[in-house]
Amino acid sequence: MSLRRQGVAILAASVLLLGGCGSGSDNSPDAGASAGGGKVTIDWWHIGTTEPNKTIYEGWVKAYQAKNPNVTIKVTALENDAFKSKMATVTTAASAPDIFTTWGGGVLKQQLDAGIVKDLGDAKAIADFTPAALAAYQIDGKTYGVPIDVGMVGFWYNKKLFEKAGITEPPATWSAFLETVRKLKAAGVTPIALAGKEKWPGHYYWTYLAMRVGGLDLLKQAATTHDFSGPDFVAAGQRLKELVDLQPFQKGFLNAGYSTPDGQAASVGGGKAAMELMGQWAPAVQKDAGGGIGEDLGFFPFPAVDGGKGAATEALGGGNGFAVSADAPAEAVDFLKFITQVDNQKQFVESGAGLPAVNGAEEAIKDANLKNVSGTLAGATGFQLYLDQAYPPAVGQEINDSVAGLIAGSKTPEQVTAAITETAKAEG
Amino acid sequence: MTHPALTERPEKRTRAGAGPRPGLPRAADRRRRRLRGLATIALFLLPALVLYGLLVLAPIAIAAYTSLFRWNGLGGWPEDFIGFDNFTRLFASDVFHGDLRNGLIIVALSLGIQLPLALGLALLLNQRMRGRAVYRLLFFAPYVLSEVITGVLFSLILSPEAGLANQILRAVGLEELERAWLADPSTVLPALFLVMTWKYFGFYMILFLAGRQGIPRELGEAAAIDGATAWKQFRYVTLPLLGPTVRIAAFLSVIGTIQLFDLVWVLTGGGPDHASETMAVTMFQFGFKRTQIGYASAISVVMFILSMIFALAYLRFVMRRDTRGAVTTMGDHR
Repeated sequence: MSLRRQGVAILAASVLLLGGCGSGSDNSPDAGASAGGGKVTIDWWHIGTTEPNKTIYEGWVKAYQAKNPNVTIKVTALENDAFKSKMATVTTAASAPDIFTTWGGGVLKQQLDAGIVKDLGDAKAIADFTPAALAAYQIDGKTYGVPIDVGMVGFWYNKKLFEKAGITEPPATWSAFLETVRKLKAAGVTPIALAGKEKWPGHYYWTYLAMRVGGLDLLKQAATTHDFSGPDFVAAGQRLKELVDLQPFQKGFLNAGYSTPDGQAASVGGGKAAMELMGQWAPAVQKDAGGGIGEDLGFFPFPAVDGGKGAATEALGGGNGFAVSADAPAEAVDFLKFITQVDNQKQFVESGAGLPAVNGAEEAIKDANLKNVSGTLAGATGFQLYLDQAYPPAVGQEINDSVAGLIAGSKTPEQVTAAITETAKAEG
Repeated sequence: MTHPALTERPEKRTRAGAGPRPGLPRAADRRRRRLRGLATIALFLLPALVLYGLLVLAPIAIAAYTSLFRWNGLGGWPEDFIGFDNFTRLFASDVFHGDLRNGLIIVALSLGIQLPLALGLALLLNQRMRGRAVYRLLFFAPYVLSEVITGVLFSLILSPEAGLANQILRAVGLEELERAWLADPSTVLPALFLVMTWKYFGFYMILFLAGRQGIPRELGEAAAIDGATAWKQFRYVTLPLLGPTVRIAAFLSVIGTIQLFDLVWVLTGGGPDHASETMAVTMFQFGFKRTQIGYASAISVVMFILSMIFALAYLRFVMRRDTRGAVTTMGDHR
């Protein structure tokens, strides 16, 4: 699932690519943390093997080395899967590169337990990160990584089709959302496109409903107790079942792919279905797979559930970031400080590589919808990392699989929570 | 060959023929001879044996070993020994029961429909007819396509809205037969079987065709002169003589079904909701998506044992007659 998303993100990034990157940024001379004039070599592992990230990362390395002649940055760019397996090896051997890509969450926790990541101290001293972007890299109140970009999942909808069904504004509550679905159906519009074959798009519904019903603490607690059988998790399944019972999805959704020519993104991008619940890469994939609907596309956050403990301002998402190894030189942290400067972040955002993780760079976003996503993220009061990164892979897959069963009508909400609990307990 | 050797052999034969004459030097000679023979065999077999051991036997042994552990595949050898827990969990799993059921259904459909269809076509194409070679080529062509290409092709054809299958049904006024094919748990297995048949019947057809051509024409003619109808000729002459081919075709079909993966993976991913999942798909899910390598190994061990039991039993009870002549023993022929 994360692999998939990674691929999608890269695709989105390349589609969004607006042009060459700007000239090397002229950053202010910073109060150098460099340890005197001695020669220092920094190993940097990242997964920016495709454009625009590749060019931007290369530019940052050159600019930083020019400013700090005593520092040499040795870059190892690895493709996503190769990086993961190589990191797994160095984690068991307890020897990590000085700076390496991380998505935070469960894997970062594993690396922390293995003693290979450094406590970065006060994150504010590095850059003015948005709380939502930073959350995934903080464990027990300490910061072990910094974000380079961030994104979130929400509803992408077709304004024209909403109008056609007489819906004037996006729903803010779950009951209003169900009403919206009913109205769309009555108007002869397919309300929601879903990629049932791939399973991960379906689990967003359950996860968001669990967040809205039980609040973020519910998911945080479940990570340590391995117990997903509480009433709030069951209630999330029941709310999802309310939606499934309305039969809101396109014909044959159970075997539909996400980015295939007849898949979820193509249905929305071709103007056939009115909504999809998807991450910030959705517009790019819609355009690629189904032509896109341009100005008609709108974005609204997942609605609140009436009487739930979670707020509609809490976001589900994730992004890319970097962690520093426990024995890395001080220059490594200084380099992170350099790449997360507002100017460098603006250049990053402008290239279409991702949405900004620091305050002040959001003005570089050109697309109105992405601006909307970024604004929602900046105003987020809480942030939940994608469950397959927050939890071990087996648990993430079980959530996908069980929720797919619920959507297909073969599993009850109770069976879903029981199956996830069983896997989580077995994974310990 | 040298003359001494030529003269030596008959000499030895007569000696041996003259009856047992036990003596130490003779026995030692024979033993040395046999040892040398074994050494030669070992020398020639060694490269193949090493490769077979490293690439086939060792992985099987490692899979059997790791199936006894809870292991995510990372960092050296597994350590968390859990005995047969993976297997008890597997045998209690609904998904695994579904896998077995799906496998049995596909085997039954293959043996009941796919093989007879291939046999019928083979017999048909054995007749004299115009363009026979073209038909043979045409029917065999799908087998040449890779599984992945076949999967992609048919996922487009069977797509619910824009797919060719439903469009044809609509065009000829059979709207009520329209289905979501691969997206409907009740139609996915038949649809999958249809694709499998399209893909593989050509292979079995060629097998049967080859078998049919090995049957002398005179037998059929003789039966015809004796007044046998076409059906009786088929039933009492052709089919019995095709026996070995039919048996090997059924064998390949069952073993292929136990290992069925790529076509299912591309077409449905095992879905919707496990309705078309096979053991190999479940193994892949757990091994590579959930990184529960121990559990996935347990699945592969079960697949291995099922295949082996089936293969041995089939060879022992069904194909005994076919293999009898093929088994050679060194002692008899030296």
